[in-house]
Amino acid sequence: MDFRFAEEEERFREEVRAFLKKEVTEEFLMGLEDRGELDFSREFTKKLAEKGWLAMAWPKEYGGGGATMMEQLIFNEEIGYFQAPTGAHRQGINLIGPTIIAHGTEEQKRRHLRGITAGEVVWCQGFSEPNAGSDLASLQCRAVEEGDDYLITGQKVWTTNAHRADWCHLLARTDPEAPKHRGISYFLVDMKSPGITVRPLINMVAAHDFNEVFLDNVRVPKENMVGDKNQGWYVSQVTLAGERSQIGLPSSCKRTLEGLVEYVKETKRNGEPLAHNPIVRRKLAEMAVEIEVNRMIAYRVAWMQHKGLIPMVAAPASKLFGSELLQRLTGIGMEIMGLYGQLELGSKWAPLRGAMARMHMYSLGIAIAMGTNEIMRNILAIRGLGLPRA
Amino acid sequence: MDLGFTEEQEMLRTTARDFLEKECPKSLVKEMAEDEKGYTPELWRKMAELGWMGLAFPEEYGGMGMSFIDLAVLLEEMGRACLPGPFFSTVVLCGFTILEAGNEEQKREFLPKIANGDLILALALTEPSARYDPASIQIKAVPKGDDYLISGTKLFVENAHIADYIICVTRTKNGASPEEGITIFLVDGGSAGISTTLLKTIAGDKQCEVIFDNVRVPKKNMLGELNKGWGVVEKLLEKATAALCAQMVGGAQAALDMSIAYAKERVQFGRPIGSFQAIQHYCANMVTDVDGSKYVTYEAAWKVSNGLPATMEVSMAKAWVSEAYRRVTLLGHQIHGSIGFCMDHDMPLYFKRAKAAEPTFGDADWHREVVAKQLGL
Ligand SMILES: Cc1cc2nc3c(=O)[nH]c(=O)nc-3n(C[C@H](O)[C@H](O)[C@H](O)COP(=O)(O)OP(=O)(O)OC[C@H]3O[C@@H](n4cnc5c(N)ncnc54)[C@H](O)[C@@H]3O)c2cc1C
Repeated sequence: MDFRFAEEEERFREEVRAFLKKEVTEEFLMGLEDRGELDFSREFTKKLAEKGWLAMAWPKEYGGGGATMMEQLIFNEEIGYFQAPTGAHRQGINLIGPTIIAHGTEEQKRRHLRGITAGEVVWCQGFSEPNAGSDLASLQCRAVEEGDDYLITGQKVWTTNAHRADWCHLLARTDPEAPKHRGISYFLVDMKSPGITVRPLINMVAAHDFNEVFLDNVRVPKENMVGDKNQGWYVSQVTLAGERSQIGLPSSCKRTLEGLVEYVKETKRNGEPLAHNPIVRRKLAEMAVEIEVNRMIAYRVAWMQHKGLIPMVAAPASKLFGSELLQRLTGIGMEIMGLYGQLELGSKWAPLRGAMARMHMYSLGIAIAMGTNEIMRNILAIRGLGLPRA
Repeated sequence: MDLGFTEEQEMLRTTARDFLEKECPKSLVKEMAEDEKGYTPELWRKMAELGWMGLAFPEEYGGMGMSFIDLAVLLEEMGRACLPGPFFSTVVLCGFTILEAGNEEQKREFLPKIANGDLILALALTEPSARYDPASIQIKAVPKGDDYLISGTKLFVENAHIADYIICVTRTKNGASPEEGITIFLVDGGSAGISTTLLKTIAGDKQCEVIFDNVRVPKKNMLGELNKGWGVVEKLLEKATAALCAQMVGGAQAALDMSIAYAKERVQFGRPIGSFQAIQHYCANMVTDVDGSKYVTYEAAWKVSNGLPATMEVSMAKAWVSEAYRRVTLLGHQIHGSIGFCMDHDMPLYFKRAKAAEPTFGDADWHREVVAKQLGL
């Protein structure tokens, strides 16, 4: 056993850190905040692409950097720590790119991968529908053949960044007669296509991140189908090849904890720094322990992937632990701030610019997005532990 | 022993629920979160007509002479409805202070007006230290002729921006102990030298920063005795905390009801999500929290209502309800999936109120410390 990174890896971490320190400044983040685009910056994504870091773990033949899982882990850890915006490339790098690499035609690879690795094309994910959330395979959005095209009609919901995206990867039903998993196909849809209407959904943090997307006879050329017709479910399952540690959650939590430590050292209540309060100390120390535990779970995921093993338990466990840790940490942060914890951006009295309450609210969404924590637990129990299905 | 409500109390609950469902729909709640005043005079007037403002005041002061338990029933329904506006600050925080500490003349002057809905009041207690102990009262009131001059900053003062009067807890002397030297004044909200700034809070309630700059208050506006104000504040905090718990319990019950209804109606995998054991366990945890919260709150409110020592029970209630309400709304959100993460949905109203109520009048840790002291530790 050896818990140290290799020297080159440490050097790489230093390089990434130096870059992020320069780029992800307070000012930069405040600028995003003002634009209401907390997690979205095309410029920043572009800069990562220029550094060759965006698709660092993709195979070289597809414009990637051929980096190891451990290097990718280091990079993701630093991005998480700096709480840098990833919205403009997350879908492309983690989901659609690997899907095209695994199942796409040569033409699809030529056409789409470069835009992703260059950080130029923003993708959104049109999977969820009003009646197809956890039960994604029950989706109703229809794709009907017409000549060389498919006509897609239906409604998608919770589509993050649909209002900013150039392209959408979506699932639609191509055989309504077949059993639900076997009548779905996977499409690449240009968001500028006629017949697409994007309507904003404002989340509980009062931000416009996700949307409803209505498709009314949207014409999509047949060549935009990924994989075979009615194989969409299968295709969508193999988007999990990328780094799956979710290290960004504990590393972002680490940064938040450091902010809280500063806060309690600087903040006095009736003449006494909060940092002297044993309850505050215990809570923050507990959070430090949990963050370390989470970091180790996440490291193990990446290490297993590095070794060619499949982290059937560790990967869902990491997402679960991380999202719930974020909830606990930010909740405790609000508690420690007392009455101040409820203040939002825009109050001069708001500590850390109201970030704690905002992150706490966002944590509710993270426990639901990308498969709810209940579904994660089901997957962990059934696939990871081999327990029987209910 | 009788753990049930009386018929009148049940009727009060039904009337309140029906009235608030009709007059205070969630659309109004959301609108008021954005509104600067944070209440509508129409609803305020209608509530006054129902006698709610004076519900727990003696009849001789224009009230209905009902008990604190009755008020708790009403507050529970207000918590359920997420009622916006100055009821709590006017009636609970200020009305009771006047009733407790005011002289006969002050009670005759103010309480009937409160009962009639003619006055809006705010309690200026907390300061930037954001605590509820006597040492935190730093704002100065110094005598000058027939008046006192108040200077300093109060923070988290709900509804100060619309208040006709602000009850301000001040320091008039640096005594041997922090409890000594605290004096309460009834300050005309329109006095020169008061400036209020609304704070932006998650629950969209109307808390303010209030700066007093040599604000002149006539000596006759002193509530209670000079330098002896802390005893009044202590009693008030006990009542206010029990009252807040009642309101929180109502919110928690509503979040539970909503989640159960959704678990029955939302279908995934061809069956209602409420048929999944994970969701059933959530609901079971939630109802355990809500029921526990209710009866620990009722016990505290009953003691307050009957003038019995209630420090221990009130603190136990707040320590428990603060965390239970939070747990309930977190699980409620989890059950709702993405739809509950939307601004338009009602779940966030409860989640945000739960988080805002947690530190109000002391958080769970604060009250556990009170309990520890009561245990003789
Ligand atoms: C911030 C955010 C961003 C998102 N971005 C996107 C996006 O870009 N693209 C996209 O397609 N989708 C997106 N989603 C949607 C997300 O993937 C779905 O919301 C999620 O899959 C859950 O679906 P649902 O909301 O319909 O909840 P439901 O599936 O209705 O679930 C409701 C509750 O029932 C539980 N439940 C359901 N089935 C089971 C079961 N079998 N066992 C136990 N419990 C169960 C759930 O865990 C949950 O607690 C986003 C969601 C959020 C919050």
